[in-house]
Amino acid sequence: MMRQVQLAVIGGGPAGLAAAIAARESGVEDILIIERDKELGGILNQCIHAGFGLHTFGEELTGPEYARRFIDRVEELHIPCQTDTMVLDLSPDRVLTVTSRARGLEQIQAGAVILAMGCRERPRGALNIPGTRPAGIWSAGTAQRLVNMEGLMPGKEVVILGSGDIGLIMARRMTLEGAHVRAVAEVLPYSGGLKRNIVQCLEDFDIPLLLSHTVVDIHGRERLEGVTLAQVDDQRRPIPGTEQYIPCDTLLLSVGLLPENELSAAAGVTLSGVTGGAVVDETLSTDHEGIFACGNVLHVHDLVDFVSQEAALAGRSAARYLQQGRHTGSAIRLEGKNGVRYTVPALLTGQSEEPVTVRFRVAQPYRSAAICVYADGTLLRRIPKRILAPGEMEQVTLRPQELPEGTQTVTFCIEEGTK
Amino acid sequence: MSQRTLTCIGCPMGCSLTVELSEGAVVSVTGNTCAMGDRYARKECTAPERTVTGTVAVRGGTAPVVSVRTAAPVPKDRVLEVAAALSAAAVQAPVAAGSVVLPDVAGTGVAVVATRSVCARN
Repeated sequence: MMRQVQLAVIGGGPAGLAAAIAARESGVEDILIIERDKELGGILNQCIHAGFGLHTFGEELTGPEYARRFIDRVEELHIPCQTDTMVLDLSPDRVLTVTSRARGLEQIQAGAVILAMGCRERPRGALNIPGTRPAGIWSAGTAQRLVNMEGLMPGKEVVILGSGDIGLIMARRMTLEGAHVRAVAEVLPYSGGLKRNIVQCLEDFDIPLLLSHTVVDIHGRERLEGVTLAQVDDQRRPIPGTEQYIPCDTLLLSVGLLPENELSAAAGVTLSGVTGGAVVDETLSTDHEGIFACGNVLHVHDLVDFVSQEAALAGRSAARYLQQGRHTGSAIRLEGKNGVRYTVPALLTGQSEEPVTVRFRVAQPYRSAAICVYADGTLLRRIPKRILAPGEMEQVTLRPQELPEGTQTVTFCIEEGTK
Repeated sequence: MSQRTLTCIGCPMGCSLTVELSEGAVVSVTGNTCAMGDRYARKECTAPERTVTGTVAVRGGTAPVVSVRTAAPVPKDRVLEVAAALSAAAVQAPVAAGSVVLPDVAGTGVAVVATRSVCARN
């Protein structure tokens, strides 16, 4: 007979851990966390810098410390985990095909599934950078793992392309390990990273941040010897005559994160064209019965605290599904417009009276603007914001009771200018 | 009188702060739009501090390095010395999370503690 579990949690990072804990605390006895790495904790294990947990614990923890608090709780609750195990397939009726050295290939029938696979980095191949293909080009997260977990230095003279937070953090980390970071180039006219990281990771060490710049050529045959940077125009096209050659042996790419949704797609879950993650309702249920999603596999977060909160909701929702079955009924659509790229959730089913946290990102930086919420064209909420930035996720809490009877669509948008 | 410009890290606004200094003392802070900016500028211009995180080599462990942090912030101008001291240090496995790896790093009087555990290799 096929192995059965009530709840399978795919991924043992911050999302999977918080989801499993919440599900157990909501009464689900039979849970299995499946993790492909040799230990729990996910990406937090390599994020050795401080700054995690300010919202959850009121103190600044490092990644491993933040992970440990959740791992300790999982152990206290005796939630079974299977590490070194890769989920190869997820069927629409929630059969997981998994493989591991210890147990070989096996199939597991799950009563409910929580997708918590996280995200991965956009690679060089997705950028179409011309030039040769020498050694010395790494994604920033790979370099982070090499330095922080394997004790290896990828190189000595470094250029970083992309000013996402991992790139900024790695600029400081490589500097502290004795490397020379020559520049961080960002194709956009603003950084996608947190302000604190720009100041404490770049300005503290006099590392130049070249906005509206990109890599237009890569030099070297066996090992990277240098890159050519150029300024770009407002269409992100390189401007002839602005090229500069920078000798370096290492190029780190910090150019975006992509939710890792191959399993979601295999199960037939509807994915958002904007986030790459599942389309979910306010319980974080996907459109497939018994399959929930949370964390960076749903949409990429900046703060792990919000991942943990969101994942706990997925855990409670999976528990309710296992105890009460599926909710059926009509749903109100949530949409982002005029500067709001998407919303999570995208549907409101009215299953509970509890306030719903709607999270989203804006498409560009704004100053003195307002987040406006409309129910079928009627203004519900106008929240003035001195600043909005694509690198900082926004959230609005909606109470289901404040929506007029018969609402079909709730629209989130940005309106500029103060009124 | 001297002047320093800083970027506030209090929120995503990132206000550009101008600080007037006289003999190392802050005379005025301008450019901030809230009290956070004023506080940050005064601290940053008189006694800037940073928590340093990094790794220390482990002998005989299941991992080659252990992640560490300073138990308290250290003066900003000592950060590179602290980092060099971490690079030069090594500890014997096992290492427990929270245990002191270096009691006084680079003469700052601040301890360095492990932020995770590393088991001994059998």
